[in-house]
Amino acid sequence: MARAISASTPGDRRRGLWREIVKNRWAYVFISPFYILFLVFGFFPVLFSIYLSFHKWKGLGPMEFVGLGNYTYLFGIGGKVFWQSILNGILLFFMYVPIMTFLAIVLAVILNSRLVRFFQAYRTMIFAPYVTSMVAAGFTFRLMLENKGGLFNVALNMLGLPGVPWLEHIWWARVSLCLLVTWGWLGYNMVLMLAGLQTIPRELNEAALIDGASPVQAFFYVTIPLLRPVILFAVILSTMGSFGLFNEVMALTGGGPMRATLTTLVQIYGVAFGQYRFGRASAEAYVYFALIFGLTFLQFRYFGRQD
Amino acid sequence: MTILPRRLKILAGQAVLYSLLTLLALFMMLPFIWMLSTSFKPQSEIFVSPPVLISPNMNLDGYRYIIEYGVLRSLWNTFFVAFSFTAVSLFFCALGGYGFAKYRFPGREGLFAFLLGTMIIPGAVTMVPTYIIMLKLGWMNTFWPLIVPGAANAFGIFFMRQYISAISDELLDAARIDGCGEFGIFTRCILPICVPGLTSLGLIFFMGTWNNYLGPLIYLKSPEKFTLPLFMMQMSGPPGFSMYREWMGVAVISVVPLLIIFLIFQRRFTEGLIAGAIKG
Repeated sequence: MARAISASTPGDRRRGLWREIVKNRWAYVFISPFYILFLVFGFFPVLFSIYLSFHKWKGLGPMEFVGLGNYTYLFGIGGKVFWQSILNGILLFFMYVPIMTFLAIVLAVILNSRLVRFFQAYRTMIFAPYVTSMVAAGFTFRLMLENKGGLFNVALNMLGLPGVPWLEHIWWARVSLCLLVTWGWLGYNMVLMLAGLQTIPRELNEAALIDGASPVQAFFYVTIPLLRPVILFAVILSTMGSFGLFNEVMALTGGGPMRATLTTLVQIYGVAFGQYRFGRASAEAYVYFALIFGLTFLQFRYFGRQD
Repeated sequence: MTILPRRLKILAGQAVLYSLLTLLALFMMLPFIWMLSTSFKPQSEIFVSPPVLISPNMNLDGYRYIIEYGVLRSLWNTFFVAFSFTAVSLFFCALGGYGFAKYRFPGREGLFAFLLGTMIIPGAVTMVPTYIIMLKLGWMNTFWPLIVPGAANAFGIFFMRQYISAISDELLDAARIDGCGEFGIFTRCILPICVPGLTSLGLIFFMGTWNNYLGPLIYLKSPEKFTLPLFMMQMSGPPGFSMYREWMGVAVISVVPLLIIFLIFQRRFTEGLIAGAIKG
């Protein structure tokens, strides 16, 4: 009786909790490296970035407090390049993500259907670019896309078509960048879709076919809806990917021509380490963070509903 | 009689399918082939019509040039950073994953949710302050900034937690009864069982570090520290002169080791990518 009462007093519960903590002390030791590193290289930088974004600082000497100055500058006269980079991210997203994702799904369905022999060989070849350094691939694409004598234009000329100013024209430069990114990421997306397909029972598709659906109908009305969570995941990754393209841009176009392929990460990097404007770079990074966060949230909200 | 046209239709469909797939596979292989071919070509045969794939004039001059320029040093740096990062972070991620998977301690759910939540912070936000920290630590132009911050990362811990959760508790209890300490259980029971999972995760880490460009670009300043992507970007000839043969040589050197590793461990590698993605 007395024991039953005392067990429920707050002091005893606290002692019970403390006992649990002591009993599991090793667990805290084991997980601590992450939290220690995060404190130093995550938590502190996130806060210091906010602080920096209210200051003008070139990395040396004293910081000058400017209040919201960096933000008003960014949303006012000085934000042209930054917003251009956001726009570029949106354009690139619409130029390659739908095509790449769709192609990845189609390829996964074909390779999963057991209609194709040498399945492994095709998968390996389509996936291999993913492990490639995008700097190396960027240089190789530059070589192939060279205006005069590059492989692509030579091939076009041999077919009797005029060459294309792949890297010199703003829209063609974007197309070239999309080509490189799709080359590099198609295999990864395909592997994701393949894994997603393997969780869908084959019988569902077969049932649809027996009920008289054409393979195309079965694809659109059975496979795609069931794959939705995986597609959503892939598209969210690609969204962040399009604004965060860095290696590809630096190696292929350097952000040009006329900033047509300048992505947000390249822009922020340039402000920080090209111009040493740490305050402005931090403000841009925060606006970028908010945009990415909002976009991801919206995608979850509107495409992530399970019904 | 009705079966024959049907079979023909399937055959035709397959022919179309195979040709499209083969075309795509060829396009995916083309940059590799062209990279390799160009790295051996004399300058005069790089931009010609019709294109030259193999020619009798091919030589090793390009490779000779980049070796003189220090590409082997960069190759070693790249390997060293990728290997160190992989080894260190596999250890800490497995340790953290073990902590989350096998102990029911107060605050576990909250701490784990927090860990996952940190993954949405984009690198752009922490880039400048981290640079300043490295400056203060005197770690500029060293490999530490490329190894330490991610040594116990959220993705790896999440991945290893999934993997270790599947290990039966009885095995660990048996080890405990045999007088094994908590850390001993980790090194003697958990790590050996986790080798396949560690391989998958290790391949992802190794590849990511090997191909990383932004980190080395911020932190490595002197050419003898450069990793391959950085080496390639800063190698330029006289103005107006393209060094495609030499660039392609570096590209081959930075791509081939990973391709070989990938071909050997292909299954483990894709398993790792999928496990990391689908569960998340």
